[in-house]
Amino acid sequence: MAAAETLYDVIRRQGITRRSFTKFCSLTAASLGFGPGAATAMAEALETKERVPVIWMHGLECTCCSESFIRSAHPLVKDVVLSMISLDYDDTIMAAAGHQAEAILKETKEKYKGKYILAVEGNPPLNEDGMFCIDGGKPFVEKLKWMAEDAMAIIAWGACASWGCVQAANPNPTQATPIDKVILDKPIIKVPGCPPIAEVMTGVVTFITTFGKLPELDRQGRPKMFYSQRIHDKCYRRPHFDAGQFVEEWDDEGARKGSCLYKMGCKGPTTYNACSTVRWNGGVSFPIQSGHGCIGCSEDGFWDNGSFYDRLTNLHQFGVEANADKVGMTAAGIVGGVIAAHAAVTAFKRVTTKREKADAS
Amino acid sequence: MTIQTPNGFTLDNSGKRIVVDPVTRIEGHMRVEVNVDENNIIRNAVSTGTMWRGIEVILKNRDPRDAWAFTERICGVCTGTHALTSVRAVENALGITIPDNANSIRNLMQLALQVHDHVVHFYHLHALDWVDVISAISADPKATSALAQSVSDWPLSSPGYFKDIQTRLRKFVESGQLGPFKNGYWGNASYKLPPEANLMAVVHYLEALDFQKEIVKIHTIFGGKNPHPNWLVGGVPCPINIDGTGAVGAINMERLNMVTSIIDQIIEFNDKVYVPDIMAIGSFYKDWLYGGGLSGKNVLAYGDVPEHVNDYSEASLKLPRGAIINGNLVEVLPVDHEDPEQIQEFVTHSWYKYPDETKGLHPWDGVTEPHYELGPNAKGTKTNIEQLDEAAKYSWIKAPRWRGHAMEVGPLARWVVGYAQNKAEFKDPIEKVLKDLGLPVSALFSTLGRTAARALESSWAGHQMRYFRNKLIANIRAGDLSTAHVDKWKPETWPKEVRGVGFTEAPRGALAHWIKIKDGKIDNYQCVVPTTWNGSPRDPAGNIGAFEASLMDTPMSDPTQPLEILRTIHSFDPCLACSTHVMSPDGQEMAKVQVR
Repeated sequence: MAAAETLYDVIRRQGITRRSFTKFCSLTAASLGFGPGAATAMAEALETKERVPVIWMHGLECTCCSESFIRSAHPLVKDVVLSMISLDYDDTIMAAAGHQAEAILKETKEKYKGKYILAVEGNPPLNEDGMFCIDGGKPFVEKLKWMAEDAMAIIAWGACASWGCVQAANPNPTQATPIDKVILDKPIIKVPGCPPIAEVMTGVVTFITTFGKLPELDRQGRPKMFYSQRIHDKCYRRPHFDAGQFVEEWDDEGARKGSCLYKMGCKGPTTYNACSTVRWNGGVSFPIQSGHGCIGCSEDGFWDNGSFYDRLTNLHQFGVEANADKVGMTAAGIVGGVIAAHAAVTAFKRVTTKREKADAS
Repeated sequence: MTIQTPNGFTLDNSGKRIVVDPVTRIEGHMRVEVNVDENNIIRNAVSTGTMWRGIEVILKNRDPRDAWAFTERICGVCTGTHALTSVRAVENALGITIPDNANSIRNLMQLALQVHDHVVHFYHLHALDWVDVISAISADPKATSALAQSVSDWPLSSPGYFKDIQTRLRKFVESGQLGPFKNGYWGNASYKLPPEANLMAVVHYLEALDFQKEIVKIHTIFGGKNPHPNWLVGGVPCPINIDGTGAVGAINMERLNMVTSIIDQIIEFNDKVYVPDIMAIGSFYKDWLYGGGLSGKNVLAYGDVPEHVNDYSEASLKLPRGAIINGNLVEVLPVDHEDPEQIQEFVTHSWYKYPDETKGLHPWDGVTEPHYELGPNAKGTKTNIEQLDEAAKYSWIKAPRWRGHAMEVGPLARWVVGYAQNKAEFKDPIEKVLKDLGLPVSALFSTLGRTAARALESSWAGHQMRYFRNKLIANIRAGDLSTAHVDKWKPETWPKEVRGVGFTEAPRGALAHWIKIKDGKIDNYQCVVPTTWNGSPRDPAGNIGAFEASLMDTPMSDPTQPLEILRTIHSFDPCLACSTHVMSPDGQEMAKVQVR
């Protein structure tokens, strides 16, 4: 057996001190509710075990999150899978099926108790006793709860796992339910989007393996590094919004010149995501750059906020009446000022990395 | 007990029952049960869709212009193809035309999806059914290089290149953490490749993983992102501005150059890696010609990729259209989506209720009421299924039929129809493959044939992309910059009550959406999807579906390892999220059930 690089080796190679590493183990052990001594056991495990086992389960979903994940340009997914994590279970790409696949779950749960990451794509439906999503002959929700019991942390991939997404849109016939409404006692990192940006997904995973800690989360459980600002805040068409230059009809002169898509229903002003900075597919473009408004796919309940082409009318955060005709030269100064103030307030908000039980009820 | 099905299969469920759940390396959730006789040959097959999301129920009363975004989320693997089908259905209902440039751009996006889906399917969802990863570690890099150079002039083929990747693979395996390769069926007698061919295929698995992310940039350019790019009723959302003020934010020369470059790479990858790999791997499996199922009997294709804008007639479609029944290749029958006698769905063996379950219903008249129950001979409990009872209801997939026949759809179905119509662009490549492998035409109707047809189609699609890229440039050069028609954008311009149908050829096969619009809102939305056809359960007459038929009479090397089952089921590239779709015409409320 050749000596493979352990996770601890990877962490140390990134310049993380021994002290920080043990602190990470203590915090994780505490957040998992383990007793004293668990942190030492965990540190020892990470020093001797190789790559962090990741179990990637699928509930009701469309697999767009997996597809996005493999689009990652930096790091390449082959490097993530071969060198950074141990993706021991993922329905979409694993060689094994049936009972050979199920055996991996059982083995991981026992062998890596408290040391594996559970990544969830999709969500469990609760109607029909959970049998709108059957996995191994049983309701998916059962399997999810069972694997969550011994996970170190849970990553909720995409809008399905984070909020419910399309199958949870009104009237939600299957009672599709986000992960944090089913799993109440584990740290859950929400990485919303339909799907999330590839480099955001691999960024979250490699942050954990590189810095040996979970990323700082906002009050909704999203990594701040990617979800703390609106698309609108960083949109390259923002000057056109401020100047009152809008696309009025598809393919009109404004569209061809790259004016603001606000009047075409763009949800950029109310959507927190990294699209206008990180962009998509290795930075090639993002929805607004390719001429369609943002549909707000990383926001909770985005399917039920009226048509994607309805103009936003709830821009209260700008301190102006939400009327594009008034948002223009005259309002630009006011809007800019309000946003600056808003940003300052946001910066001073208390950080919570642990979800409160109240949120999960 | 032995049953003779109307579509020509002898089912015998007396032997040992084998259950595969979850079926992995597919989209969504699926279960397969088979019975094997004393020689481990499959004598009975039961395939089950094990998920239902209810997207059409959710679409009721929404804005038809939004439907593309909802239906696009039916599937993130064939991302975009439902959206295209949806905008076509809405445009068909409302009489909306699109500009010529939009037709070219939509074709480019659809063809990019075909290529992407086929490449990822073969290398990442299917190859491990033919390729033994662990065997690759014992390959000789020099011999691997010689093999690679004998089948293709792809430049990444030196002994050192193969040796480096093999070293990395060996280190990975020796770490004891096998990741996605854990618990695979390595060493199973049904793996036939020598170590060198295995190593070449594993290396290309990794190359394809790198390359697939480039293919989809076509979607990103025109649709802003992938998965799930943006579409538009009336055209495409991306404006064209070649050299005017603000061109930098529109489809301009730089963007078109990127499209051109990606198409060049696609053509090269298909011709130098994907197709040669299929030929090389196929040459070692020439005596494994199981899995034909319905492909030599009943196939269905709707056709797609319109040459002429707003013309969806057979003459305008570059992918073939038609139905073949009982293996009669001499007569390709016409298909009409609006004829209530042609496409019907049955629920006798599906977890839904109809007022009269002996009859099928056309999608415009569909009825839906989920009704989950296990048959009297099922084993286990309602929430812990050990064995299904296929004589009763057993799947979340309905059973669509064309004039009463179970049909196979997909790349092989399309290419068989094209072959039967004597279209050279389909017939010639098929004949070349058969000739090069020294196989008769009958070999086409097999698991391997399905897999080969997909590769040929990927190659075909790459060249079609070049054609439509040129068409787009020529049209822009002629002074046409239009990408959207907006005269019927506003709901107040629409008739009070209309209905329409839109269709495409998704990577996995024939796809159509039927829509009814009333007072500016969706009144009824129904999708019949490739995997609904292929993965369908039995119907009232007892016909088995394409997945089930394809498994029949296949020998298993080791009945404790479902390798052959996976091999054949994967050749269809199942998409279960797509497959289960239903909507009641009056939007009746779903059955109320106890919530835990």
